[in-house]
Amino acid sequence: MLDMNNKNFVLMVEDLTVSFDGFKAVNDLSFYVEPNECRVIIGPNGAGKTTVLDLICGRTRATSGSIAFKGKDLLKMREDQIVHAGVGRKFQTPSVYEDLTVFANLELSYPKGHSVFGALFFKRDEAVRQRIEEIAEMIFLSDLLTQKAAFLSHGQKQWLEIGMLLIQDPELLMLDEPVAGMSVAERKKTAELLNRIIADRSVIVIEHDMSFVADIATRVTVLHQGQVLSEGSMEHVQNDPKVVEVYLGH
Amino acid sequence: MQKAQIKHPFLTRRDIIGYAILAAVIFVLFPAILDSFRLNLFGKYLTYAFVAVGLTLCWGVGGILSLGQGIFFGLGGYCMAMFLKLEASTPENTAIQSTPGIPDFMDWNQLTALPWWWEPFYSLPFALLAVVAVPVIFAFIISFAMFTRRVSGVYFAIITQAVVAILAILIIGQQGYTGGVNGITDLRTLLGWDIRTEEAKTTLYFVNAVLLFTVLFVAQFVRKSKMGRLLIAMRDQEDRVRFSGYNVASFKIFIFCLGAAFAGIGGAMFTLQVGFMSPTLIGIVPSIEMVIFCAVGGRMSIIGAVYGALLVNWAKTTFSESFPELWLFGLGALFIAVVMAFPNGLAGVWVEKIEPLIKKFWPGGAKDTVAPAAKPNPAE
Amino acid sequence: MFSDYSMSELTAIFAMQGFAGLILFSVFVLMALGLAIIFGQMGVINMAHGEFMILGAYVTYLMSNLFADYMPALFGMYFFVAMIFAFFASGALGMLVEWSLIRHLYKRPLDTLLATWGLSLILQQVYRSVFGAREVGVSIPNWMMGSYPITDLIEIPINGMFVMTLAISISLAVYIMMYRSGWGKQVRAINNNRQMADAVGINTAWTDRMTFGIGCGVAGVAGSAFTMIGSTGPTAGQLYIVDTFLVVVFGGAGSLLGTIASAFSISQAQSIMEFFLSGSMAKVLTLLVVVGILMVRPQGLFTLKLRK
Repeated sequence: MLDMNNKNFVLMVEDLTVSFDGFKAVNDLSFYVEPNECRVIIGPNGAGKTTVLDLICGRTRATSGSIAFKGKDLLKMREDQIVHAGVGRKFQTPSVYEDLTVFANLELSYPKGHSVFGALFFKRDEAVRQRIEEIAEMIFLSDLLTQKAAFLSHGQKQWLEIGMLLIQDPELLMLDEPVAGMSVAERKKTAELLNRIIADRSVIVIEHDMSFVADIATRVTVLHQGQVLSEGSMEHVQNDPKVVEVYLGH
Repeated sequence: MQKAQIKHPFLTRRDIIGYAILAAVIFVLFPAILDSFRLNLFGKYLTYAFVAVGLTLCWGVGGILSLGQGIFFGLGGYCMAMFLKLEASTPENTAIQSTPGIPDFMDWNQLTALPWWWEPFYSLPFALLAVVAVPVIFAFIISFAMFTRRVSGVYFAIITQAVVAILAILIIGQQGYTGGVNGITDLRTLLGWDIRTEEAKTTLYFVNAVLLFTVLFVAQFVRKSKMGRLLIAMRDQEDRVRFSGYNVASFKIFIFCLGAAFAGIGGAMFTLQVGFMSPTLIGIVPSIEMVIFCAVGGRMSIIGAVYGALLVNWAKTTFSESFPELWLFGLGALFIAVVMAFPNGLAGVWVEKIEPLIKKFWPGGAKDTVAPAAKPNPAE
Repeated sequence: MFSDYSMSELTAIFAMQGFAGLILFSVFVLMALGLAIIFGQMGVINMAHGEFMILGAYVTYLMSNLFADYMPALFGMYFFVAMIFAFFASGALGMLVEWSLIRHLYKRPLDTLLATWGLSLILQQVYRSVFGAREVGVSIPNWMMGSYPITDLIEIPINGMFVMTLAISISLAVYIMMYRSGWGKQVRAINNNRQMADAVGINTAWTDRMTFGIGCGVAGVAGSAFTMIGSTGPTAGQLYIVDTFLVVVFGGAGSLLGTIASAFSISQAQSIMEFFLSGSMAKVLTLLVVVGILMVRPQGLFTLKLRK
């Protein structure tokens, strides 16, 4: 068995189970993420993919099992503490603050002034401004900084949310279907963006688009009914008869 | 090229104009055109503006609807009233009572000694501290219990309403300690200064106005700080804020307590200005009416809240004097109208109708660099 | 407060006050049921629910007068007729309100709360203009007046038992309608996914209107029951709205059993404590305990753990 302080893994999920009224959405699940790895989780609808991300970031409380991030027990931490430990999470539907400008959206994710008084006396100084402009350029929104987020297109909102995570500079980035609802052109741009940002951190991505997965994945985990069905390289997974059975058998 | 635009100044040009007009109205116009009786009435309305400003931050900006602001208004008011009552209940003034030296209503209810928790209110500094501290502590207990357990929205609103019901029944029921349904009346002097004279009322009006502007300044500071934007973010996407590393509950608790502090100050000023405090001012019905002050002003607008409080209360006095039946219909219609037809209230009318007119006739004043977040928005 | 009484006296007091609290329990159950349906189905907080109840009470009052004046022979029956009329009167008003006001405010619970509060003020003024500010009462038919003695000290009031039986039957009927009928399936389908329900051909607008109407109609029946414990006045309904909301929240929104259990415990606690304390302190204590429990356990007594 692996011990909790194994430094070779950034994230260690072990024997994780969560049940909703008897229904086990995640069932005795274990997987491990290495530094700088891009792990893609795939699986049919209802396999428990989003629930796994919810469990890691503290949105859902586990029934049993453990989640360790750099030796810290995430199950004992509040959501904001998990974020400060270095875990960032993007939601499936773009969640941006529609009534605020793109600039303000990014600014709120800037990792400073997160306490009540910190927020009251937060100064929008040159460092903040530069960092925001830098991120805005990465996510193709430089010209829209003063625009209200409500006026962005669906794809732009997805980028903005990714930008909000980038500005946090998390060590583990979790993305739930980052290209869902995007046009082909936007998808290509997003793949470029992701390839750039996954370079120096660990990433967990949930995605359905297989060509996109093949593009970015270091390893792929296939979930089925809350359990790991198969794990390995894209090629390995695609040729696994169990996976073929689940995807095509029924 | 961007930098000029993303500035987020403490006061935009629009804010400066707004505050200047408001100051002119309150400090110059009202004292000039109103007789001292009416000015005193407007002083009373101003005390409600404190509550409305707090609600703007809590509800309009932060999305936390409290139907219990009367609690805090009342607690502040009672703290002040207790001090004034003790000052008025000297042994000489109360010589005819069976126990001289205690407030009259205690004597009527066969109390023979001052309850221990009344004792500290002999001290003005303590009473002034309590005016803010008691509502804030109370607000903290309620909001801490609720927000750390992720209770929000209508559930929170209902709980605040239940708490205000409890408090009102309690105050009415415990006559001997609180003065019951009549409240604490017959208040006379503040450190020897008679607060019942016309001159005193006028002075209090100006004290009220200065305090209100202080509160407006604090509110404006919060609104324009990162906290203000964070509250809007929390209102619309609470989870996103949480997963951006903020402890959402602590921000909600802060803003709720701040609103309570404002309401407490308002309540204390009400006691001084009007000369009594009673449970009829803080029950379920007055508490929900306080929400309408804020809604009429435009729920996102700090300045609007003041106008909303003034306008609704003025209308209430005017109509309920001459057409009491019409008033309830009018008030009911007002609740419906601000939800269905004018979600941005007076501030919306100003921004959408009056400003374009001004710009049309005075094009020089058209360059306005308001950050979009500062514009009123339909909440929810 | 108990030490002045012997054990057998205490038992009798508890039992008697308990039976006396049955009508309050019935009013709570019916009111809470309507509120819970409306909130659960459309996310609407109906602050005017008390006024719908009072409409039922006024209808009962009118019926009692009508029967007394024109059909004295049938006076014993008036309550049944009154209940039915109360249901339809409040239900019809509810549908009218849904059409003119509520349907514009779906999924904006805080706004519905304010708008329906405005509505409640208007209704109160209407009642005051039509029926006068003075409170009115009904005369209870003879057969409902008596009580059935079990022991020397304990008697069961007939009207209490009757009204409670009625409340429970209506609750069951509503339960069956919501969970065992095709119509209930439509209601729940809309609740889960409005657009999809629309797409598969459910008439969502009509279903909403019916749901709101039924919720208000049940409140009207609660008004009939109410006439037995209180006198009817324009603002009498307002006094019940806080209690009823607490019943709903305390029971755990969306659970019928929870609503009944919470209505039972709150009404019984209030009724039993009223014997020992003043009415207002009994109420303060009850509300305080409920709010205290809700602060520790905000999800209420009965709730499912659901996937977000």
